[in-house]
Amino acid sequence: MTGFTRSLSRISAIARKEFRHLRRDRLTGGMVAGVPLMMTMLFGYAINQDVRHLRAGVVDLAGTQRARLLVQDAQATQVIDVVYSARSVEALERQLVEGRISVGIVIPADFERRAIDGDRARAQLLVDGGDPIVLAAARGLASLEMVDRFARPAAAAARAAPVFELRAYYNPERRSPVHIVPALCGVILTLTLVLFTAVAIVRERERGNLELLITTPVQTPELMVGKIAPYVLIGYAQVTLILVLGRYVFGVPIQGSLLGLYAGTGVFVAAALTLGLLISTLAQTQFQAFQMAFVTFLPQILLSGFMFPFDGMPWPARWLAEVFPLTHFLRIVRGIVLRGATLGELSRDVWPLVLFFSVAIGIAILRFRKRLD
Amino acid sequence: MSDAIAIRTRGLTRCFGSLVAVDHVDLEVPRAAIYGFLGPNGSGKSTTIRMLCGLLVPSEGEAEVLGLQMPRDAEKLRRKLGYMTQRFSLYEDLSVRENLEFLGEIYSLGKAQRRARIEALLEEFRLGERAEQRAGTLSGGQKQRLALAAATLHEPELLFLDEPTSAVDPQSRRDFWESLFRLVERGTTILVSTHYMDEAERCHGLAILDRGRVVANGAPERLMAEIEAAVVEIEGPDLRAARDVLARLSEVQSVAQLGQRLHALVDREVAEPASRVAHALADADVDAHVVLARASLEDVFVASTRRLRESEANA
Repeated sequence: MTGFTRSLSRISAIARKEFRHLRRDRLTGGMVAGVPLMMTMLFGYAINQDVRHLRAGVVDLAGTQRARLLVQDAQATQVIDVVYSARSVEALERQLVEGRISVGIVIPADFERRAIDGDRARAQLLVDGGDPIVLAAARGLASLEMVDRFARPAAAAARAAPVFELRAYYNPERRSPVHIVPALCGVILTLTLVLFTAVAIVRERERGNLELLITTPVQTPELMVGKIAPYVLIGYAQVTLILVLGRYVFGVPIQGSLLGLYAGTGVFVAAALTLGLLISTLAQTQFQAFQMAFVTFLPQILLSGFMFPFDGMPWPARWLAEVFPLTHFLRIVRGIVLRGATLGELSRDVWPLVLFFSVAIGIAILRFRKRLD
Repeated sequence: MSDAIAIRTRGLTRCFGSLVAVDHVDLEVPRAAIYGFLGPNGSGKSTTIRMLCGLLVPSEGEAEVLGLQMPRDAEKLRRKLGYMTQRFSLYEDLSVRENLEFLGEIYSLGKAQRRARIEALLEEFRLGERAEQRAGTLSGGQKQRLALAAATLHEPELLFLDEPTSAVDPQSRRDFWESLFRLVERGTTILVSTHYMDEAERCHGLAILDRGRVVANGAPERLMAEIEAAVVEIEGPDLRAARDVLARLSEVQSVAQLGQRLHALVDREVAEPASRVAHALADADVDAHVVLARASLEDVFVASTRRLRESEANA
């Protein structure tokens, strides 16, 4: 046997052993399919940025027909459900403080005069501003054009013409799953793969297997490649599962090429796995590895653009987010799945992943010496 | 190889921070023999073994193993070396056979050779019936046999065993040593660390370690014959009283109870150690029967570790 084929057979021995571990460790093995399945179903349904059915209260101090129509129109948007009717503004405010309602509609006693004068707001919306998404929904309600059945038709038409007409590209129905499901590929891979690799190597150290392994002819890069290779396959299986669920449960179409998507996934998986490797060279125990993986996980979720739009963040946060593999992968996966972009068009986000992989694996190999000190 | 020495070290030292774990150790371990490291926990046995197989870099000094410079040639040594760690270090969730298969592949044994070796080892170490059982469910003795089988799978020239019998029963220990002697007959050099006197006595050569230093070395019989003290054995009804009397004598190095007897180590300079001890006991009205005895390895161990402590106190 030549040195190279020996090296390959050692890598394959380690990779096959890793699969055996996974098959026997039912919990971790179950996580391989369980996490993507559970999270995609849960988040696909649960995360909904298109806010509807906010609980609302009304205090109608005018008591006119026009006022009742206004409340009806507001309800007709489905943004609010009027669940409470108060007699005073104070009572409405108390409901807001107690968290029983998110939105309060105050119709003042001089509502009819305001409607005729037309230079002042006719009514008031009290909103729980603690949640920006609720606030944004209420803003939408504030700009509601009241179909003024009492005004002259010409005037009503003039008021109804907006400055901009909005067209939502790539997601015309503005459905959240279209936005969330492709991004879940990145989030779930980050969550499972970083943790799996970090723990897989630290476990060998913790159980003393490494002390034996480093006295054998196995080389550091062989050990690392053998340990992470199975997780590349697992990463692909997970992405496939999420995309299939997205396509057939949530109706998320894949606009771009599947080949490009899988190639991009490969680069991202490699980067995520080397992050796990890096953690494994720092952590002494599985618990430490778990903690460290979590520390890298949270900022990635919050800053990558998965939860909040990237453009709203100050530059230090954006700069930090540019380091994370997840940030770039989200752009790649959304680009290919939603906009039908090619990997070439997204190369701006491919090379940072390649760079991350190269630097991280370099550091990991340097740090992981075949020694105990 | 023509060289009759398997391991040679000069001034081998390893520090962990301010702690000197191994302190200028000089060793010569002959080929095809069992060489023992005897010492209490923390005496530097494991650290020395780890330096010899390249897992730790010496702070100072040189080590030559099978003609290779350590740690520079550590990679070249791997194929010739078998290492059995203090803790069971095979995979508990893999079966006996899977563990051996895995290591066989790591050592690049061909498929046929691997299969033949594994069958032979399962037979030799009486693991045939356990072959498909997970390693984690084996008993202490079975785990230890599996670990030795794994360490010898690739037929290494040199075998390091770090306290291999600390978790097994006496019968398993006897069997284990039988296996070691069979390996030595085939030309393997074995370096074994232990804190059992009876095991140390079975070695061809021995180094007694105490706080990182070699305080005595040589064949066990020679060490016992050339002990730096006379061994006096005391029998009597009140051993505690006898012990108190002897502890006050300046020429008595140490007293240890062995069942119904006391072993006292008396300075060599004392001309008639047995009668000196007998007189001292008679003067104190302690009834006892005193005879000169043959030194045991434990006596050697006590005498040599004590000498180190004294020289340190004088320095």
